[in-house]
Amino acid sequence: MSTVETENSTSSAPTAADTPPEPGTGTATRGAAIGDASVAGGARSGAVARAAGAGHRDRSDASPGAARAVLRLVGSELGLTFRRPRNIAMLILLACVPVVIGVALKAFGSDEETPAIVTQVAGNGLMLTFLSLSMLVQLLLPLAVGVVAGDSIAGEANAGTLRYLLTAPAGRTRLLAVKAVNIGVFGLAACAVVAVSGLITGLVMFPVGPVTLLSGTTVPIMDGVLRVLIVTGYSAVGMAALGLVGLAVSTLTEVPIGAVAATVVTVVFSQVIGAIPQLGPVRPYLLTTWWSSFDGALRDPIATDVMGQGLLVFAAYALVFGAIAWGRFSGRDITS
Amino acid sequence: MTTITGEGAHEAAPPRVTHTEASPGDCSIVARGLTKRFRGGQVAVDDLHLSVPRGSVFGFLGPNGSGKTTTIRMLLGLISPTSGACEVLGRPMPGGLASALPKVGAVVEGPAFYPYLSGQANLLRYDAADPKADPRTARQRVGAALDRVGLGAAAGKRYRAYSLGMRQRLAIAGALLGPRELLVLDEPTNGLDPQGTREVRSLIKEIASDGTTVFVSSHLLAEVEQMCTDIGVMRTGRLVAQGTIAELRAGHEPRVRVETPHPAQAASVLNRLGLARVRTGEDDVEAELGGHAPEVVCAELVGDGVAVRGFTVVRPSLEELFVGLTGEGFDVDG
Repeated sequence: MSTVETENSTSSAPTAADTPPEPGTGTATRGAAIGDASVAGGARSGAVARAAGAGHRDRSDASPGAARAVLRLVGSELGLTFRRPRNIAMLILLACVPVVIGVALKAFGSDEETPAIVTQVAGNGLMLTFLSLSMLVQLLLPLAVGVVAGDSIAGEANAGTLRYLLTAPAGRTRLLAVKAVNIGVFGLAACAVVAVSGLITGLVMFPVGPVTLLSGTTVPIMDGVLRVLIVTGYSAVGMAALGLVGLAVSTLTEVPIGAVAATVVTVVFSQVIGAIPQLGPVRPYLLTTWWSSFDGALRDPIATDVMGQGLLVFAAYALVFGAIAWGRFSGRDITS
Repeated sequence: MTTITGEGAHEAAPPRVTHTEASPGDCSIVARGLTKRFRGGQVAVDDLHLSVPRGSVFGFLGPNGSGKTTTIRMLLGLISPTSGACEVLGRPMPGGLASALPKVGAVVEGPAFYPYLSGQANLLRYDAADPKADPRTARQRVGAALDRVGLGAAAGKRYRAYSLGMRQRLAIAGALLGPRELLVLDEPTNGLDPQGTREVRSLIKEIASDGTTVFVSSHLLAEVEQMCTDIGVMRTGRLVAQGTIAELRAGHEPRVRVETPHPAQAASVLNRLGLARVRTGEDDVEAELGGHAPEVVCAELVGDGVAVRGFTVVRPSLEELFVGLTGEGFDVDG
């Protein structure tokens, strides 16, 4: 046995010296080899020449290549999110809510105490979308987004997949950005699912025609659909802002359920704060305050000032918590 | 010459006298004074000097908890060193991570995959994370990697349904997704049956024969002895020995042991034959075999009328050498 080992060690030694690994072949197929060509030692001149050739070719399309690679990772991330049974179940649940509301309204009608928007649904199916979104945007939508956002980094850390992504190397900033995009897309998808389900249910169950807005004006049906798009988009931005809060929380722990819970608790806490009259001055700074402000789109002209302010708050939250996530994640020791 | 850093010896990277001139350019991994102190004051890796020659199969040995995985995590940029520096493929880490890591395949602390995805989908996921991987060849490369570890038939099966051995293979397949200059394998045969262990060993030898450097950590000495050309030994966060297997064996020559009622007579025969370090016992004699053929020694003894009751050639295993170095066995939890 020992003689075999000795042979082994002596025979592989010249192999190492005589035939260095060929970075040329590797890098040529693997894209951007610019760094390679400049750093490689003189002893590997043949390989260097090949790597340089490859690098030269790559240099022209280096940035589109990098962009394509990011898109590929985004695609992988989205595929993972939207194929995950848990997330599909949440989307299906969200899609069911407008149907349930529609059926309930149809079956039991409305009395004097029901809010105006509810009675309006009976008159126009389009209003079901607004009603559904305004009911879901305060709890169920944030819950769904909180699950995906809280799980984003902590879930990977907990499963150990984070270390393999980072040694791939995904790049910390790049991975974080891709996660943020993924959360944003999921938030948009969740809002869109509610909107589409609301639209379809409304079309099927209620009369559809020109829309009477909250301000009393009546607009053509296409204008109404446009306003549905605006409301959906506004809600999605609000959810994305929450998503970045969840992402930041997610970088702080390796326990995904903890991150999810913390994100949802943030929502509930800020709703409680917002409900206390004595804490009124704090209200404009709370994320939850602005989620329902999309009813500005149901006025004529559209109340852009309120919605604009809402978008500003969303952007501020996204920026601050995005920075926290980056600050934490970029330097953290990955020990999971 | 074997470099053995004794207790308290703090000099810089000990000089290597080996088959390759180990200038930093010829090394796939270089660590200088690498130290990691975790929050709470625990020192996992302490002033580590390491050089892994290009093209070698480097066995990174040590009992569990001796700092092997922490070192590997620092080499791969997963954790940042408290002090000291390391280079992987000539790039400083973690700064040169983006240019070095695409050429490094790694298995760190066991397999980790998405349980609800198939083996193939899992590998595609990791491939997508590598910015330098070509998406057009992804499926073909994933297929080739799966075939290489013998998982071709299970490619479409969910990871959840994989056995422990299959999971370990999938992790190794993940390290083989692209053309690699360096493989870092942390305990690659953990959880494999003897058959699987053999397959991994031959796979490592095959990969190394292409010129790829393989850095393999293990607490199983026999395993390392069978596939490595070079060895580094860790003990409680410090590197206590580093060199080629041949170097580490030097000075630990095979010995011959003769059981006989005439030890003095046997000793004189051995001395006459020129065997070194003859040691006479009560009813046995030991000596270093050197270049002598044991059968010739035995024939001489018998020819001289020495009554030979037993004749053994004792080759010290690396295990014995390293138990001496680390002060404990290798299969022991540290």
